[in-house]
Amino acid sequence: MNILSVTVNLVIMMLGAALVISCIRLFRGPTLPDRVVALDLIATLVVGLIAAYAIATNQSVFLIDAIVLTVISFLGTVAFAYYVGKGGLP
Amino acid sequence: MNDIITALLMAFGASFMLLAAVGVLRLPDLFIRMHAATKSGTLGVSGMLLALAVHFDDLGVAIRAGLAIVFLFLTAPVAAHFIGRAAYIVGVPLWEGTVVDELRGRYDPDTAALQSIPDADDDDPNIPKYDSGI
Repeated sequence: MNILSVTVNLVIMMLGAALVISCIRLFRGPTLPDRVVALDLIATLVVGLIAAYAIATNQSVFLIDAIVLTVISFLGTVAFAYYVGKGGLP
Repeated sequence: MNDIITALLMAFGASFMLLAAVGVLRLPDLFIRMHAATKSGTLGVSGMLLALAVHFDDLGVAIRAGLAIVFLFLTAPVAAHFIGRAAYIVGVPLWEGTVVDELRGRYDPDTAALQSIPDADDDDPNIPKYDSGI
């Protein structure tokens, strides 16, 4: 029951709440770019969640996953933005 | 001591990420929402990765965490710029309380080319014409 495990649990709960909140915007979001912004934020939140999980389990290999997810989320966001710019609103 | 710094950095990062999510839900307009998602989201995840680097106290892990932070700081503004530009071109409505829209009338709706002056000085060779490339 040290300070680090308490903080890790608290942080994981906060990030879970943030994920739920951004999923609300993902499902509600009136236009496609709103959903793209929400998806981008969800990927960022998952990177933070992976970092918290790496601290919680004391395994530094999860950092590789965080880097890979960062790259993939950037490529996905750019691809979606290109699609929105070409295709117009749904 | 390490544990305390890690805990503080994690709490900092997670607070900013929760704020980013709340902002994305609550703010009135796509372009205002992107402020919350991009800025505080990037700051929050940088705090989390710094906490990870402090916690493991290892040079390789610290270099990888720093690499991830640099990559985030490079790509987040680029991605936000792409989404914002595409959304403005396809005509996502602005918030009704918007005071100034400096791009109004400067995008050609057919070719999506950006012009520096909307009407008057189209023939003036001293004013550069910006071609967006899309």
